[in-house]
Amino acid sequence: MTAALIGKSVSRVDGRLKVTGAATYAAEFEVPNLAHAAVVRSIVANGRIASIDTAEAERAPGVIAVVTHRSAPRLAYQPHKGLPDAAVGERLHVLQDDRVTHQGQPIALVVAETPEQAVYAAEVVRVTYRNEAAATDVESVDPVLPTGKPAEWETRRGEPDSAFEQAEFRVDQTYVIPRENHNPIEMFATIASWQGGSLTLWDKTQWVHNVAEEIAAVFGIAAENVRVISPFVGGAFGSALRCWPHVTLAALGARVAGRPVKLVLSRREMYYGVGYRPHTVQRAALGASRDGQLQAIRHEGHQETSTYEEFTEALLSATRFLHSCPNVHTRHRIAPMNVHTPTYMRAPGEASGIYALESAMDELAVALSMDPVELRLRNEPDKDEFKDLPFSSRSTRECYRAAAERFGWAQRNAAPRSMRDGRSLIGWGMASATYPMNYAPASAMARLLPDGTAEVMSAASDMGPGTWTSMTQVAADTLGLPIERVKFTLGDTRLPRAPIHGGSMTMASVGSAVQAACRKVREDALARASANNIEEAMKRLGQAIEATADVAPGDETKRFSMHAFGAVFVEVAVDPDLGETRVRRIVGAYGAGRVVNPKIARSQCIGGMIGGIGMALMEHSVVNPRNGRVTNANLAEYAVPVHADAPPVMDVIFVDEHDPHVNPLGVKGLGEIALVGVAPAIANAIFHATGKRVRELPITPDKLL
Amino acid sequence: MSGAISPALAQAAGAATAPLDVSLRINGTEHRLSLDPRTTLLDALREHLHLTGSKKGCGLGQCGACTVLMDGMRVKACLSLAALAQGREIKTIEGLAQGDELHPLQASFIERDAFQCGYCTSGQIMAGVACISEGHAGSPQEIREWMSGNLCRCGAYDHIVAAIQDAAAVSSSKQEG
Repeated sequence: MTAALIGKSVSRVDGRLKVTGAATYAAEFEVPNLAHAAVVRSIVANGRIASIDTAEAERAPGVIAVVTHRSAPRLAYQPHKGLPDAAVGERLHVLQDDRVTHQGQPIALVVAETPEQAVYAAEVVRVTYRNEAAATDVESVDPVLPTGKPAEWETRRGEPDSAFEQAEFRVDQTYVIPRENHNPIEMFATIASWQGGSLTLWDKTQWVHNVAEEIAAVFGIAAENVRVISPFVGGAFGSALRCWPHVTLAALGARVAGRPVKLVLSRREMYYGVGYRPHTVQRAALGASRDGQLQAIRHEGHQETSTYEEFTEALLSATRFLHSCPNVHTRHRIAPMNVHTPTYMRAPGEASGIYALESAMDELAVALSMDPVELRLRNEPDKDEFKDLPFSSRSTRECYRAAAERFGWAQRNAAPRSMRDGRSLIGWGMASATYPMNYAPASAMARLLPDGTAEVMSAASDMGPGTWTSMTQVAADTLGLPIERVKFTLGDTRLPRAPIHGGSMTMASVGSAVQAACRKVREDALARASANNIEEAMKRLGQAIEATADVAPGDETKRFSMHAFGAVFVEVAVDPDLGETRVRRIVGAYGAGRVVNPKIARSQCIGGMIGGIGMALMEHSVVNPRNGRVTNANLAEYAVPVHADAPPVMDVIFVDEHDPHVNPLGVKGLGEIALVGVAPAIANAIFHATGKRVRELPITPDKLL
Repeated sequence: MSGAISPALAQAAGAATAPLDVSLRINGTEHRLSLDPRTTLLDALREHLHLTGSKKGCGLGQCGACTVLMDGMRVKACLSLAALAQGREIKTIEGLAQGDELHPLQASFIERDAFQCGYCTSGQIMAGVACISEGHAGSPQEIREWMSGNLCRCGAYDHIVAAIQDAAAVSSSKQEG
């Protein structure tokens, strides 16, 4: 037998490919006779295309085809709703009519021999518009409840209004998060190649099967006839959950040109061609007694969405159970505008909602003159008070204690502006974090070979969290083989179906399927060979043996409320003259069930912390309210954290947590919770440093002067 | 809107672009190419030579994913025209290992888990190699400053700095030995 591999810090199995440049991302597959596409996009936010003159583009060197709504084939656009699609509304149809609903909408496609020729020809397509009034300023749009059962969007327990009015201590504030873009470093790319009625797509995606099903519906063909290949994803953070219109454009271009076509979105196009974290306005009101018991929470928020789809996320979910409170009201609304549809961005909903809730908790602690950790401990619930269910496990107390101790929180002087280091104002702040445990149906196949190796596969993705590695660990551990003898494969619709690579569910779902398939094939091999040892069994069998397993959640969601919990503690230094904030230390403690690979898990957590620093201090897609245009649609003007912004001290603690209820592997997922709580902890630390409460992210120097 | 080339630049370049014969020396091998004069070094590598280890993250010199060494200096291949790289010694991520033996920085990137998605990694490593050879890897703070032109959206900075420190230590012990 080999030593246990689950829980071991092994190096990434795909590490060598990544450090030698040999890992192949979507735009990098060699396809013969490849043509290149470029997109022409609208420069108005609402209206109709009055004229579109393609003559000059068609005459340009190397141009194979220019496709507009006048010349494009009519596409089937059959109904299809995947999990990442907005539940209400209809996806954008490309090049099917003259209607323009937002800035950057695709209005023509050029296919040419080289990328340079395609880009040039796209620039000389002449378009005129009939402009119509556009709603592009989120401040001036009246929010409405989303379509559907009001109970889903507005919840109430107890008497929140009267309880708030009667509370001795109250805070009631509005918090704003601007639009943010995921900005993975890999730009979106699709290579499309038709073979008769069948289509192969090499695509940047977090869910190959959904791309196949969406494109099949768009073109009116069977999903089995669309193969999607995506072995490596150069970051996504939610931006590649949906199948966006450019995938359709690539396939359309390939059909019109009669050749394989590659379409790579430019960085600027990524601010229009894929979704974003929506601009969010929240009002959070907390009422408490003198001893810090929460008596009322009223939390409402609204977010921008498009005119054609109602995007919603779990903005207010955590408010209903994170802290104990008998009287709670939440209301989620949307503001439909002439923008393209937002989407899920790392910790969608929780990252935004908990920013407001945990900022308000800090304001309440200040009002009560109470330590913010103590305030949270006094409101620690013993069950999920919204669902009226026990938590399957909840390690918040352990997280507060472990992180506070590591941080040295006991040394904190509570008074704002009381701590200094030279000229710098020092602030210590903290916040809670939570993210749901998601476990979805998944399948995997495991094959044992006579040479003593194994092949294990599932159509999962790896946008960075280490799916390649962690699945290899689970497989080798379960089979009882050394890790070098197990080859895991992912990212191809020909493999057994995996769920979406998002919502922190891959380890729980695909991991459990891999474990089940490996267990099955191992037991089968041992029984058939009458052996006690797997290597002996494989030798004796003399032929390959395989097993497929499907896993799915049972009724545990009816019996338990299941979430990961965490605590984030931050030290900032603020320059009192320049208003610049530097994060000097972050300590995060997480109760996230079993950790399969602590080394890679730490990477995920420090990555979430860096993302949270961006959210708190830098990230803001500046939308011109006059026309909906993003004025900083590039990586020089959309600031993200760089090396010099990374705190010198980053500390990640996994508290010991065994949860037998969540899924067979006992994991809760880490990708999302790692970002949750970072922004409010930083905002709270900045208040502690400066005495100034900034309620609009990002907290840039101008807001502190 | 559609690409990194501005309309003015595209117009100035003109639609009629006669191919240009360009000879590029990459990782010790000479490559003869017939290129559109507008072709960047990065696109020559990726689209014409299938050396896709150098990554395109913006095409505007803002992210550093395309970093290569030109005569030992780090440059952004997306801002360099291929035709102007003629006669220069270009090293890409594909040329860093000696056969099966990884460069010490490649090895320390794996050991320190200095990446997640891997897309910025080639650029980080090429910039890191230069950072060490320039003598800018003396402390974590110095590394952070001199590596800040290479963005990592997965946020692996802490581990990248550790990997560069490790490789810098190997390189200085080799020099001393």
